[in-house]
Amino acid sequence: MIATNKISVSRRGFLAVGASAGLVVGFHIPFAGDASAQTAVIPEINAWVVVRPDDTVVIRIARSEMGQGTLTGLAQLVAEELECNWAKVTTEYPTPGQNLARNRAWGNFSTGGSRGIRESHDYVRKGGATARMMLVQAAADDWKVPAAECRAANSVITHAPSGRTTTYGKVAAEAARLTPPAQVTLKDPKDWKLVGKRLARLDTIEKVTGKQIYGADLTMPGMLNAAIKDCPVFGGKVKSFNAAAIEKRPGIKKVLRVGDSAVAVVADTWWRAKTALDALSIEWDNGPNVVNSSASVAQMLKAGLDATDAVVGNQNGDAKTALAAAVRRIEAVYSYPHQNHATMEPMNATARWTPERCEVWTPTQNGEAALAAAAEAAGLPPAKCEVYKIHLGGGYGRRGAVHDWVRQAVDIAKQMPGIPVKLLWSREEDMLHGRYHPVTQCKLQAGLDAQGNITALHMRISGQSILAGVFPQNIRNGLDPVQFQGLNAEGPEASIGYSFPNLLIDHAMRNPSVPPGFWRGVNLNQNAIYLESFLDEIASATQQDPLALRRKLMVSHPKHLAVLNAVAERVKWDVPPPDVGGQKVYRGLAQTMGFGSYVAACAEVSVSNDGLLKIHRIVAATDPGYAVNPQQIEAQVEGSFAYGLSAALFGECTQKDGRMEQDNFNTYPVVQMLHMPAVETVIVASGGFWGGVGEPTIAVAAPAVLNAIFAATGKRIRDLPLKNQSLKRA
Amino acid sequence: MAKLNVNGKVRDFAVEGDTPLLWALREQLGLTGTKYGCGIAVCGACTVHINGVPTRSCVRPVSTVKASDKIVTIEGLSPDGSHPVQKAWAQLDVPQCGYCQSGMVMAAAALLKAKPSPSDADIDQAMTNICRCGTYNRIRAAIKVVAQGGDTKSAALSIHHTDGSTT
Repeated sequence: MIATNKISVSRRGFLAVGASAGLVVGFHIPFAGDASAQTAVIPEINAWVVVRPDDTVVIRIARSEMGQGTLTGLAQLVAEELECNWAKVTTEYPTPGQNLARNRAWGNFSTGGSRGIRESHDYVRKGGATARMMLVQAAADDWKVPAAECRAANSVITHAPSGRTTTYGKVAAEAARLTPPAQVTLKDPKDWKLVGKRLARLDTIEKVTGKQIYGADLTMPGMLNAAIKDCPVFGGKVKSFNAAAIEKRPGIKKVLRVGDSAVAVVADTWWRAKTALDALSIEWDNGPNVVNSSASVAQMLKAGLDATDAVVGNQNGDAKTALAAAVRRIEAVYSYPHQNHATMEPMNATARWTPERCEVWTPTQNGEAALAAAAEAAGLPPAKCEVYKIHLGGGYGRRGAVHDWVRQAVDIAKQMPGIPVKLLWSREEDMLHGRYHPVTQCKLQAGLDAQGNITALHMRISGQSILAGVFPQNIRNGLDPVQFQGLNAEGPEASIGYSFPNLLIDHAMRNPSVPPGFWRGVNLNQNAIYLESFLDEIASATQQDPLALRRKLMVSHPKHLAVLNAVAERVKWDVPPPDVGGQKVYRGLAQTMGFGSYVAACAEVSVSNDGLLKIHRIVAATDPGYAVNPQQIEAQVEGSFAYGLSAALFGECTQKDGRMEQDNFNTYPVVQMLHMPAVETVIVASGGFWGGVGEPTIAVAAPAVLNAIFAATGKRIRDLPLKNQSLKRA
Repeated sequence: MAKLNVNGKVRDFAVEGDTPLLWALREQLGLTGTKYGCGIAVCGACTVHINGVPTRSCVRPVSTVKASDKIVTIEGLSPDGSHPVQKAWAQLDVPQCGYCQSGMVMAAAALLKAKPSPSDADIDQAMTNICRCGTYNRIRAAIKVVAQGGDTKSAALSIHHTDGSTT
């Protein structure tokens, strides 16, 4: 039972968890000792399932919904085994504090790495199956018949021999008292009725009516609003500020220092806080990083391309010797810039601190990490803290690993005990204090024999390690294993799709002062650009068809090859594409594997004589093993191209005098409607494994387009973003 | 004091005249469906209608909006999500994170009122709002669904809804 539960967020907004059937309390925000928690309590069947007397099924979802549809997909998995009426399914989040108190009954809350479904499919389905068996057992006990004679479907339990029926709602209270069965058997995938279906999302209506509450929208009694400015130079500190100059402005409650690097203004409204903060002159102690710039970072990375301190991520044979002996060598250097996640909803958290308890309401991709950050900032044990997850206005990795904004919110709340304070970052703050896509360069060298066959490949990656910046404890002997995403030798996570007789992939770690983060697609993004572009370079240099060359190298990688073939088949690779608007259309291919899934894409582009790029269509294939909700996979694939093409066309955060130069969407443009190509998704669900879908496709967006641009113009773009490059024909 | 006509109701409230309409709506009137995204009229998350014209409310000072101007926000577009644009959005499961969608819906509603059968170029020109999740193609399809009187066939999506219908 979760009788102590205060709130959770469901598709209807805030619900009192376990409250009597249908008690939707609107936008009620609970506080400790809230009277609404005294309402009648419905027992849960198990951690995942609550059944109300009216047969409404509440499915608990541990992962965070941020647009990727995990709320719906995970509910489908539970409901599949539960055999409940899908039309009466609703969802709610358990809190991280409850998870802690219940020995992590809901497992991992982390919602990153496209992990929502692929990491928890087994135990959430078992949760559904266990609940079904308990409901059936309760009915059987009531009828005094063997449970084996009873069947459940659509929330109705039937005893076939006698024809008796009952519903889940009627036996739920009894079922909740039973001991869970020790053994559960999950359905054979061929018997799935909900999994694999193109079901509508559970959270759409709220989002088209403006009723969905995001963290930025929270209000609660007595709440104040905070705006913040952190030192724009990474690692800098606050030297001084003249609070008196703005304290008399209307609505201002407090001007305060947050940690040693930020200043916040707390006011009755956020707009008053923000404008007062803008009027405040702050003197910064910029610290040593003020000398850094994108040029100095590039110089540092360039030196790493030939440095001797590299660690090996993947190798076979002897690439260096084979390169030296090659009849012909091809070499190219690529680079990938820093980029901001730029979630539409800027970072925010509402915190309320007392010496006894700290509560935080925030959009987070990892409620447990948010709780740990809150507890640390609060100076209280985690058991005396709680985090309430609020729906995310975008995540893309920014809201997962590092909860810097939560620490700030708690720090502010701590200076105003008992008062709930909502900290909302301005867009400018969000742009200047991201956890940026890591910056890397890559030197690729291929050795060829007289027939143009690749005898050796050396990929030297130089640059930033995400783990070194975020989880340094996970660096092993100088090796960041995440660095080699999509380039690993083998394994179910992110393996390379090609075989080379001699291969060396190594990394010289070079970490600039810009804080890195997991950015949707992570290191797969640049790794796929490097390898897929360079293979096209080899194809061109050896006058081979890019598809034919790949196929030769992919003989031992059938799953990688299958998605590439699916793309080639859909576009009819052997038939040239028709002209569009008098412009000749050219194609580019890319494939990779990451987050447990195999993906490939073909981009069709034209480039005018003036160098104007138009991306007409992208055909993409994905093999996530099992496809839980194909229409949402299509949505994720389309979204991946919007995100990946934003990065390829425009994405760049440049550093000058130790700070980022781009501070809003006018200087950090992203893909809009007019740039968006048609996207056709081919789902190749080969079964037998569970891969992610939110991220892998991003990595093929840029290389497919870059290869198509080369086909169109003969220009090989090796440095992103494209906005800095002229595609004008010479 | 300011006086605004929002969603058919005249509302009086105290606010500095240079406060953007967005923040008056969100903080004085509690209408949080209209979102803050950039504060410089680039992303469109704050789009509302003023006398039917799609307006980026984050840079529009309250003092420049007359009491006679009719403001419509996402909360007032329809009482129950039944505006044709909202219906098409729901039928095609357009939103992902959803944060930009109030602005998208308001921009699309204004476009379709001005041009009931917009071309792709019209859509590109009118729908300059930013979506980071990448719902653009379903937005385009949903606008066409509205233009075709609610017929979802052109979207070719095949989505099963809990009411038993299939888009």
